[in-house]
Amino acid sequence: MSAFSPDAVREFAQTWLPMRLAAAERFAIAPLPTPGEEIWRYSRIDQLDLDRFSPAECVTDVAMGGSRDSAGALLVEDEPELFANETPDVYAELNRAFMSPTVIRVPAGMTIAEPIIVTHSISGSGTAVFPRLVIDAGPDSEVTVVERFVAAPDTDGDEALVVPVLQVRAQQAARVKYLAVNEVGINTWQVGNQQAVGERDSTTLLATVTLGGDYVRARTEARLSGQGASTKQVALYFAGGTQMHDFRTIQDHDAPNTNSDLLFKGAVQDHAASVYTGLIKIRKHANGTTAFQTNRNLTLSEGAWAESVPNLDIETNEVKCSHASTIGPIDDEQRFYLESRGVRPEVAERLVVLGFFEEVISQLPAGAIADDLRTRVANKLDLVKQPEKALA
Amino acid sequence: MSTLEIKGLWASVGEKEILKGIDLTVRSGEVHAVMGPNGAGKSTLSGVVMGMPGYDVTAGSVTLDGEDMLSMPTWQRAVAGLHLIMQYPTEVPGVMLDDVLVEALKSRERSSDGLEQLLRDEADRIGFDNQLLQRPLNVDLSGGEKKRNETLQLAVLAPKIAILDELDSGLDIDALRACARRVEAMSNESVGDSEPLGVLAITHYSRLLHELKPDFVHILAQGHIVKSGGPELAVQLETDGYATFAGTAEASAESSSALDDLFSI
Repeated sequence: MSAFSPDAVREFAQTWLPMRLAAAERFAIAPLPTPGEEIWRYSRIDQLDLDRFSPAECVTDVAMGGSRDSAGALLVEDEPELFANETPDVYAELNRAFMSPTVIRVPAGMTIAEPIIVTHSISGSGTAVFPRLVIDAGPDSEVTVVERFVAAPDTDGDEALVVPVLQVRAQQAARVKYLAVNEVGINTWQVGNQQAVGERDSTTLLATVTLGGDYVRARTEARLSGQGASTKQVALYFAGGTQMHDFRTIQDHDAPNTNSDLLFKGAVQDHAASVYTGLIKIRKHANGTTAFQTNRNLTLSEGAWAESVPNLDIETNEVKCSHASTIGPIDDEQRFYLESRGVRPEVAERLVVLGFFEEVISQLPAGAIADDLRTRVANKLDLVKQPEKALA
Repeated sequence: MSTLEIKGLWASVGEKEILKGIDLTVRSGEVHAVMGPNGAGKSTLSGVVMGMPGYDVTAGSVTLDGEDMLSMPTWQRAVAGLHLIMQYPTEVPGVMLDDVLVEALKSRERSSDGLEQLLRDEADRIGFDNQLLQRPLNVDLSGGEKKRNETLQLAVLAPKIAILDELDSGLDIDALRACARRVEAMSNESVGDSEPLGVLAITHYSRLLHELKPDFVHILAQGHIVKSGGPELAVQLETDGYATFAGTAEASAESSSALDDLFSI
């Protein structure tokens, strides 16, 4: 019996059982994806052996700036309709069956000044967890949510599987800022889905920072469903060792006069790999739309590789649309310029890489964590580049 | 007294010889102007002395106070006391001026206490907008602002010898005056126990030299210094142009190869 069968669901959960069972049954008969499929191309998904894992409840902590009461009892877990998103792949289906949900509902007109921090502690030893975060921002409300994926203490080297789902709904004129920070352990696999829907005149920021994991994939989709909606997707990823970071992005314009922007910047070193594939989809009725997509990659070692594949699917003419994509090593002229001031080569490299990421870091919500991220990126660079010094 | 000594320097880009035996000596407090037409090898000279990638030194030596510069990586040459002001200062997105200067001072084992105030003072002195101190290096700066930024770094790092690669290109007359006067002042004054700055100013036009008074002028053509003299040489150039001196370069010197040089650099 598979650890993820309908029977396993019965043992695992009491809540929303019909929904979970139906999902588990669909999963049981669905074929597992392979890199032969376009959407999984270049991925390592064929190396994921589900039999090595068993489902567990996700350990999640939610912290808010003020007390929970003053924020208006925002965290609720209720009706299953909340989870009625699309299921783009079998892993999202599996999340539906075994989900550990967190729901943040912001009432109409409410502004929550302090970021809400949701932290998932991933404990290792073969556990699979399925966190699902639902952010439902009511009309004219405003909220910032940071979702952190971290290794539980002393489990950094353990094998674990994380299959998160994010659902964001920004109702009319709502402002939602979301940031995912991935710092899971070095032997952790993550296969995630993010889906945001922006209704009329709403503004949504979906930000992702990925530093951890063995193989970490995120499919991130922003659908602009109401006139005047704007979305922005940004990401910073930095893979070293034999890590692989794998991003699939979708900007789906499903209403007129909508704006989307996307900036994904990544670096790979050692034998690490990264994949970016992005799609801008502009439907027939989405006239007056602007959509931009930029993916830039630094390859810091000979043995590292990055892939970047932008795509456009445009069904109407009245649009303004562009995409740009680059892959390459650190610019020699930038390096020389800094070294000609007397900056040591390894410091020059650190400055250039941090500078490269600064464009993303400066756009992240919850500025307080930005300094911490700069340090973590710098440490990751130094650790691998100068092992002798790191030990000294 | 510091001395930059360039002796019998030959350098090539790929298969092509650009510098064909350069001899130049620059001492503290001296201003040397190296003038020449496009393609003469001016930028190659500055690049080779500072260790810019892409050039091969095939003969000769460059020493600073007897220390071999050519065997050092670029950053050590800077720490030893050389500074290059680039013709087209590179934009380095996301990297802040003060972060770079802190690291540059650290390499020199110099403290960066008071750096912020020093930056403001130096910026005021050359008319560099204080708000621009908070920008990533050279990003979205005008030509004049970039050269002011370069001059600011020169003043803060206070090297022994400065190499100015076409300081006068791409900037307005006010910026040119401000930058040139600052360099001129550094070449005249000793700060603390340090020597006044020695300057190797590489330029195409003599307008820079109206503010930055050269003690020596050298004319570079076809990879050779074809004539050296005092400031009067720059005046003569202004009336006669380079053609007068081109004839004194080797017989094979043709304008077409000068153009080739230009494109291959």
